[in-house]
Amino acid sequence: MASTVHAQEKIGDNLIGLAAAGAMLFLYVPVVVLIAFSFNDNRSLTLPFKGFTLDWYVKAFNNQDMMEAIGNSFYVATTATVVTLIIGTAAAFTLDRISFPGKTLFRRLILLPIALPGIITGISMLNLFRLIGFNLSLETVILGHATALVSIVVTQVYARLQRFNRRLEEASSDLGARPWQTFFLVTLPNIRSAMIGSALLSFTLSFDEIPVTFFLTGRDNTLPMYIYSTLRRGITPEINAIGTIIILASLVLIVLSVYLLQKSNQE
Amino acid sequence: MSAIVEIQNVTKTYGGKVTAVDDLSLAVEEGEFVTLLGPSGCGKTTTLRMIAGFEIPTRGRIMLAGEDVTDLPPYHRQVNTVFQDYALFPHMTIQENVGYGLRVAGVPKSEVGPKVKDALVRVGLLDKAADRPAMLSGGQKQRVALARALVRQPKVLLLDEPLSALDAKLREAMQVEIKHLHEQLGLTFVFVTHDQREALVMSDRVVVMDQGKIVQSGTPSELYDQPASAYVADFIGNSNKLRGRVVDIQGRQVRVKVLGTEVSGLARQNGISVGDLVLMTVRPEKVQLLVEEEEAGSASLLSGTVLDNLFHGSTCRMEIDMGEGEPFVVDLQLRTALDQANLAAPGSRVRLAIDPATVSVFPDDGAFAS
Amino acid sequence: MRETTRRQLTATAIVSAPLMWTLVFLFIPYLVMFTYSFYLKKFPTFVPAFEFVNYLTIISDPQYYQVLLRTAKIALTVAVCSFLIAYPLTYFLVFKVKSARLRSILYMAVIVPLWVSYLLRAYTWKTILGNEGILNSFLVWSGILSQPTDIFLYNQFSMVVTLTYIFVPFMVMPLYASLEKIPRSMIEASKDLGVGPLRTFWHVTLPLSMPGVIAGATFTICLTFGDFVAPFLVGGPNGAMIATIIQSQFGAALNWPLGAALSIIMLIIVLTIISVSDRLERAGRIDLN
Repeated sequence: MASTVHAQEKIGDNLIGLAAAGAMLFLYVPVVVLIAFSFNDNRSLTLPFKGFTLDWYVKAFNNQDMMEAIGNSFYVATTATVVTLIIGTAAAFTLDRISFPGKTLFRRLILLPIALPGIITGISMLNLFRLIGFNLSLETVILGHATALVSIVVTQVYARLQRFNRRLEEASSDLGARPWQTFFLVTLPNIRSAMIGSALLSFTLSFDEIPVTFFLTGRDNTLPMYIYSTLRRGITPEINAIGTIIILASLVLIVLSVYLLQKSNQE
Repeated sequence: MSAIVEIQNVTKTYGGKVTAVDDLSLAVEEGEFVTLLGPSGCGKTTTLRMIAGFEIPTRGRIMLAGEDVTDLPPYHRQVNTVFQDYALFPHMTIQENVGYGLRVAGVPKSEVGPKVKDALVRVGLLDKAADRPAMLSGGQKQRVALARALVRQPKVLLLDEPLSALDAKLREAMQVEIKHLHEQLGLTFVFVTHDQREALVMSDRVVVMDQGKIVQSGTPSELYDQPASAYVADFIGNSNKLRGRVVDIQGRQVRVKVLGTEVSGLARQNGISVGDLVLMTVRPEKVQLLVEEEEAGSASLLSGTVLDNLFHGSTCRMEIDMGEGEPFVVDLQLRTALDQANLAAPGSRVRLAIDPATVSVFPDDGAFAS
Repeated sequence: MRETTRRQLTATAIVSAPLMWTLVFLFIPYLVMFTYSFYLKKFPTFVPAFEFVNYLTIISDPQYYQVLLRTAKIALTVAVCSFLIAYPLTYFLVFKVKSARLRSILYMAVIVPLWVSYLLRAYTWKTILGNEGILNSFLVWSGILSQPTDIFLYNQFSMVVTLTYIFVPFMVMPLYASLEKIPRSMIEASKDLGVGPLRTFWHVTLPLSMPGVIAGATFTICLTFGDFVAPFLVGGPNGAMIATIIQSQFGAALNWPLGAALSIIMLIIVLTIISVSDRLERAGRIDLN
């Protein structure tokens, strides 16, 4: 009896291990494929490999449109992150410390984009911009990204503020510090890692954003929009090359931001 | 001597409903060590926080060194606080913590260094200057909090239950340390605690609070020996409680029929008349155990059966069954081994003499009904 | 008094920025979208009205409600597939990986793809499943197929594969959180009572991890509802989803009122799913303390 239970457990363990390994393969084989074909010396993405080349990287870097799109993406992601950080931190403080009528509605609204599909944020803002006669541009994309991503900063900074010991601010004030001194010398250093972590996350997500960008961009393309539009015409290893670079870059940012958010959660 | 802190008819209500402090007035003399004592929720911490400026009174004024500071924010008041959880800045080193108050005041770096060093030397933590608060023990954090508050040279030092997080031994050591600090500096200390023993040990004056009001203010021995109410008698130290009816009143001397005999005591409150139900309190160590046929003299006499002897080291607490009500307790000093050997064994009859001067009589308002 | 006023001013300044932002970029846009959904299309734009025509079109025209049904079907399939892939993986991470450090590294490895370009992850599947793709060339090269087949790409199968691939981490995250909360002692107690591992799983582990399953399913379903990238890349002619239709109303079809009405319906569906799952989660939550 005991031995059959034991055997059953052993088989179960093996099956689970196998399924887990399968799942990991499912998650990572496509990534490996994407990267591998960026080095394959063949125009079409078919097996077997023809040979190693860096041509696709050279082509990608010589592609004026793509480089311009990358520049646009940096501009959008950077600006959107700064705006998100300012609005999101202010919103987190508001939620943490100030009570006013309609606060629940405010909280629900500002957190809504995290739950809703990006397409809804994109379309609703497109409607607004059309109504007030704004021309679509990278700037409207920035406003859209900031709106969609502000909830990330709010949730992270708010969580940190909830754990923040308010006595520290009282102690600072008690020791003669003006409110602005207390903010910069005591409050900010204690929520800084949550802010940086969520800013890095916002940057990555903005850099990669499609649904909102699709509706709010004008003539200028961000990188994902550029790739999206070239995919209409067919696939090329150039995209694998730029994809590999994006994956590496976002990997660095993600590991950094997760590390910082974890650190913030431990503080 | 003049009042450095004056609380004038201060009331603090939250949301117009909960009254934390109720029309409270209190003057603290310069150099005094005053303790606000009471159970949690009695308004002592709120009072302290209003002196510090963290809370603004709903009504009334607060004066500091003759200046009205009622509406001044904390950073404009020359008082400093030692917090219950120390509230040390976790992202700063010990010396940065201690120097913080000077740094924000714009004191030049060259002056901050020596002052911080002096403060750290005073609390014996110079070797920890570069450490983070997380690396310190509770007692060390406590000292840093003291140093950080004192480096600002406040007119008044406020201490909000600063010892409550420490274990018993360390707490006693810190009590002495803070008391000595007070004597050395000659500063005014306002201390908040719910621990009556701590209050008695440390303070020049203890202010007992209950439900947002002051119930009694006096030196530790006044509170202990002349409690102004049954509440104070019960809250401070231990008391035996006896209930009975008044049979005779001579000035403040009251004679009460209790346990089939008569016990005399001193009325601590007005408005007691013959026939009233009253509550009498007697300290366990003020009761005398009569030996053999010894006369009680002017003292009241009670008798009962020994239930148990609880050994406390230098004293022994004898529990005595008086025939009704809770057991009566008597604390006996054990000076020699002989004293211990001669203790009446459980089951034996004992007679107790109670000096009327040590018995407090209060109207029986039904409180502390057992 | 002066200080309190200044403090109030600062507080007002802090509050007003996010408040204004929320008003201008969230509240008003939703309101405008809601209003537009009652307007009428009139080439080349639209005219104000208060008609339910757009909504009626959606429920009466099979072109629209069938897309809604198809989207729902695909969303559910994606949720089930994600569950089937994520559960063993998460279970393995939480209960079978002994080293805490290795566990958190593996967990990170599962979560990280979430932030690695959404578009690229969908694109990869196009390159894998296509007629000239890696899968086909592998099958031909190894002799399993004599010539490439079209069955992998541009249909609902490829959409489910791609969307499952993209959203699996969203299933893993809440599952991980809920599995991690189950005290080991509870599972050991069950085994100690002579209950076999399968029954222990069925009667103890699975019920206790239900909140995570529900949260994960909610994520995957809602995200699938809003996606138009996968249909575009791997969907094919009968792969249109609700988001694709909405997208085309604001583009080629140029029927903003209808697009707005479809968006409102999507919004309602998503919010309903979220609130239902919230309620389920709360009802199913068992206090472990």
